[in-house]
Amino acid sequence: MKEDVLAPLSGTIWKITVAVDEIVEEDDEVLILEALKMETPIYAPCDGRVKEIQVKEGDAVEEDQVLMSIESE
Amino acid sequence: MAFIENMGVFSITPGLVMMWFIGLVLIYLAITKQYEPLLLLPIGFGILLANLPLTQLMDPGEGLIWRFYHHGIEWRILPPLIFLGLGALTDFGPLLSQPRLIFLGAGAQVGVYLTFFLAFGMGFSLEDAATISIIGGADGPTTIFLAAHLAPHLLGACAVAAYSYMALVPIIQPPIMRLLTTESERKIRMDKGRKVSSREKLLFPITAAMVIILMVPASAPLVSMFMLGNLFRESGVVERLTDAAQNSLMNIATIFLGISVGATMTADSFLRTDVILIFLLGLLAFMISTASGILLAKLINVFTTNKINPLVGAAGVSAVPMAARVVQKIGAAADKKNYLLMFAMGPNIAGVIGTVIAAGIFLTML
Repeated sequence: MKEDVLAPLSGTIWKITVAVDEIVEEDDEVLILEALKMETPIYAPCDGRVKEIQVKEGDAVEEDQVLMSIESE
Repeated sequence: MAFIENMGVFSITPGLVMMWFIGLVLIYLAITKQYEPLLLLPIGFGILLANLPLTQLMDPGEGLIWRFYHHGIEWRILPPLIFLGLGALTDFGPLLSQPRLIFLGAGAQVGVYLTFFLAFGMGFSLEDAATISIIGGADGPTTIFLAAHLAPHLLGACAVAAYSYMALVPIIQPPIMRLLTTESERKIRMDKGRKVSSREKLLFPITAAMVIILMVPASAPLVSMFMLGNLFRESGVVERLTDAAQNSLMNIATIFLGISVGATMTADSFLRTDVILIFLLGLLAFMISTASGILLAKLINVFTTNKINPLVGAAGVSAVPMAARVVQKIGAAADKKNYLLMFAMGPNIAGVIGTVIAAGIFLTML
């Protein structure tokens, strides 16, 4: 099953802290979003493997935009 | 001999040295702690300059910095120019998507009014009491604007108090926020607001300017510039003007505002016991405003099913976006996947306008 990580608010991708194929656990930090000059960490919604990262560092993203997909076994 | 007699070193007094110390502390805090450096740095240097003897920098009609002060602040030009820039930087989206959060921005003005009556009761004149209480809104330009109108002799102290409390938002607000909310309230996740169209964002500054100015005409200088800046931004056709308003023009205004405010702080106007009272009353106003925003959010929750996280109410003071960032941090400490930042921006922006309206009401009534 695949679960998408959505941007909870609009901002800029500050840092991506995981790579494709990496194994993550629920609540692990996967990416840091910058909004209003504040770094906001985004966490994995479930256990699984990072399948695809749809954004790169420096990208501006809108609220609810898909940032990455995590495949859970 | 005349040269030696005119050297400033022979006119140094203990009061001047005390003011140098205050100026240097502000410069130190601005540089090492980064407390509002854009303002406290020029203010600190302005204090230092104003307290070097025999410079004539602040001599009426003569001095360089007096001219900056007279034309910029006494004529009340610089605070509205800063508001033009703030308008160009402000996204009203979070406010428009949850209009009920506007009330939280109004609720946080309670501290301003309570402190006004308290200061008046303590023997300050009506004008002085109004100027001191507006510190509770934690809005620098509005405080300076009101002080220049009602109580120029308190301008320096009130401006430094307002900017200090803005810088201290992350220290002053969290204990109050934790005291007035329960763990489960801090964990409340709020429903996403509705989507706001670009047409709404375009019409908002025009409508808001008309409505607010028709209601409180005395707020017009600040409100008109704020909404004009926002109209530049949302129109999408004058990117050069938006850019000038939010960057170069605002930076220029900030330089002259900072140094002039600092230079009003001379030893005899600042080293008085009522300045300590001003700082304490200002702090009280700010703390009450924080608390009243939170309590109002809790009150709204009694009547609605779609719950508001009461932390968001603390952002009703107008320190943008520091207060909203603090809400995000305290919220995330209770539930790390709770993103309150954008919800807090609604009351935060409403708070700016609320403080301007409060200032306008004082100007009309006094």
